[in-house]
Amino acid sequence: MNSRRQESLARVALGSAACLTVAVMLAITGQVLASGLSHVSPAFLLEAPRSMGREGGILPTIISTAYLTTVALAVASPLSIGAAVYLAEYARRGRLVQGIRFATESLAGVPSIIFGLFGFSVFVLKLGMGWSVLSGGLTLALMILPTMVRATEEALQSVPARYREGSLALGASRWQTVTRVVLPSALPGIATGVILSVGRAVGETAAVLLTAGSALGVPQSLGDPARSMAVHLYILASEGISMDRAYATGSVLVILVVLVNAATNYLGRRRVPGRRKHAWSRPSSSA
Amino acid sequence: MVQTIKFSIDGLSVAYHDFWALSEVSLEIPAHRVTALIGPSGCGKSTFLKTLNRMNDLVDGAKVKGAVLLDGQDIYGREVDVARLRKRVGMVFQRPNPFPMSVYDNVAYGPRVHGTRGRATLDALVERSLRSAALWDEVKDRLGRPALDLSGGQQQRLVIARLLAVEPEVLLMDEPASSLDPISTAKLEELIHRLKQQYTVVIVTHNLQQAARISDYTAFFLGGRLIELDGTAKLFTTPVDKRTEDYITGRFG
Repeated sequence: MNSRRQESLARVALGSAACLTVAVMLAITGQVLASGLSHVSPAFLLEAPRSMGREGGILPTIISTAYLTTVALAVASPLSIGAAVYLAEYARRGRLVQGIRFATESLAGVPSIIFGLFGFSVFVLKLGMGWSVLSGGLTLALMILPTMVRATEEALQSVPARYREGSLALGASRWQTVTRVVLPSALPGIATGVILSVGRAVGETAAVLLTAGSALGVPQSLGDPARSMAVHLYILASEGISMDRAYATGSVLVILVVLVNAATNYLGRRRVPGRRKHAWSRPSSSA
Repeated sequence: MVQTIKFSIDGLSVAYHDFWALSEVSLEIPAHRVTALIGPSGCGKSTFLKTLNRMNDLVDGAKVKGAVLLDGQDIYGREVDVARLRKRVGMVFQRPNPFPMSVYDNVAYGPRVHGTRGRATLDALVERSLRSAALWDEVKDRLGRPALDLSGGQQQRLVIARLLAVEPEVLLMDEPASSLDPISTAKLEELIHRLKQQYTVVIVTHNLQQAARISDYTAFFLGGRLIELDGTAKLFTTPVDKRTEDYITGRFG
């Protein structure tokens, strides 16, 4: 076989693989949206469910999802940014850093149900938090922690070393250098990591069901149980309550995740050097 | 004429892990003069420059032996505050490295880091620094614009303005013109010539004509050793060492 035929054959095979991937993606979202979108209405988004979700809307599950995600982010963001800054800016390369890196990478590969099991036995039972927004949020926080550490560390590493040198050579401390030059430059990358984590947290089902429960009301405090949209969808479908409503909930979830990814892409594109807009530079009033 | 000595270096050796980049270098750097460091790549001149403000501390596995005295005080002493040292001994790098913020914030960065507050004070300091770096007229109408939008030559002068704003005593320059076009280079050389009135300048350069044009003293490094140090005119016309002669006449390097 000559190299030109090989080339065209490769082109066809690789192109088909790419098309197939896109087709699968379109088929899944298309099927969900086709079956569910017609049942999504303003009332569906703004009303409480009636008779276990057979009637009414999904407002409490939207609110619960927002609460759970907020708790997860509030806990995981400072922790992961702190850990990433330590790894990327402070720690000397060595065994310890390699160990921490290996641990976070392994943690990222652990199935979410394991996090759910851990959250259930530690937060729900041992610490007596019960099925609650707090238990669920903390469990989600642990789950998204490795992703966020990784994304933040990569964002920090992509900040050119000459910025650090420039700052240190002016007599700035490491802390001043990190907070005033490095972190602002890394912000778009960090935001990308945060948003990706939101996508994971919003879609998580098993771990949330085990730790936040599945009560249908709007949680009034961190100690109240909550049912996220993903859990709601799971229950509607698995208990045969209403496939239409399950698909409608699924459509809302899919749209939400697509929006989140679009935001990620937007921020990701802003990271390309030269296209950076200097959002953090203070306008000057002098001259 | 009696000259004040700014840096006095005695028996300085620097190693990266097991590689000795600099061996037993002893020399004095006079105040308010431009001292040029020349030599082929890898001769240790940049390493030498980086020991003067302890930027070598940032390199993994760097070891420093010998004494480096700034105004008679060992900068590698135990009680030395490295941040304060770097405020006194500033550095300009090969590639211009303005921060991704506005022109104004770049110049105000150092003063802010060192505790200067107040709009009026900062405004005055920014203007004075930009004027000293011969950049004011070109940027005075766009202080709020991103520094990265400036040309390479302007960026390098901005970096010098940023440095002058912390009121240093010594300016270390590591091939500051290597990424600039001829016109920007000429402007930069003119600037360096003026700066020596107020500051002590140590400059690493690959460009021998540049060293000859702007420096009062020239030090020739080879293989991690100082071969010869003399008045620039003398070193370029009547070098003592054969290796110096070979280098400046272009026989190697």
